[in-house]
Amino acid sequence: MSLSNVFNIAGSALTAQSMRLNLVASNIANAESATSSTGEPFRGRHAVFTATPVTADMPQVAGVRVTSIVEDTSPFRLKYEPGHPLADERGYIKMPNVNPVEEMADMISASRSYQTSVEVMNTAKTLLQKTLQLGQ
Amino acid sequence: MLDKISDHLNFFQQSLGLRAKKVEVIASNIANADTPGYKAVDFDFGKALQGQLRASQSGLALATSNERHLAAQGHASVDDGGLQYRSAVQPSLDGNTVDMDVERAAFTDNAMKYQSTLTFLNRRISGLMDAIKGGQ
Repeated sequence: MSLSNVFNIAGSALTAQSMRLNLVASNIANAESATSSTGEPFRGRHAVFTATPVTADMPQVAGVRVTSIVEDTSPFRLKYEPGHPLADERGYIKMPNVNPVEEMADMISASRSYQTSVEVMNTAKTLLQKTLQLGQ
Repeated sequence: MLDKISDHLNFFQQSLGLRAKKVEVIASNIANADTPGYKAVDFDFGKALQGQLRASQSGLALATSNERHLAAQGHASVDDGGLQYRSAVQPSLDGNTVDMDVERAAFTDNAMKYQSTLTFLNRRISGLMDAIKGGQ
């Protein structure tokens, strides 16, 4: 039934977008973490979205899934702080490669997409309910 | 007699089915608004409806092996599969062609039309009920 598939599709989008929001939260929280369990500064993380078909007969109609999480490979930010215990001989410490401005933009984009998917679900729910009342 | 009732409702039945399919297709576009490389899809409602109606007129007859069997016509449900890629209004660098404004407008438009089809169908049913009850 087509309209029930909408719940699967929009539901998959909700999961994926909330995963993206989680990653943004983790990136922003760790924007100043000069060291982590690996000994290196924290690297920004991003979700990779992939379209996944929900029904076999229409492969182009797809939900979305987070298939992997990649670490940002851009260079670390260098900060001059000679008194810091992690500073190198020139007085610089490596800081995470997280750009808070980009993260905020990413957060807004993720939350807008989440809201739209919720709206889609609500509309599908209304349509289904009205269909169930057909002929009454 | 049941054939006639079924014929009476056939147009809106087909139309409603296609509208539900369109909800699904657009929900898929919205869900994949942030998926790199995803191409937005849609189908031509008018053409699909004409195809469905043509197919339902040359419907499937029930096989009879005895003259006392009831003759009945079923409607062949064809999957038109006429999904086409939308041409991008503003192509983005990641290869995604979903334009959120276009999709939201199409979704709302489609939901409204689904509801109007439901209203028409409801009126047809109440018309039939009136005829059956003979104005009592």
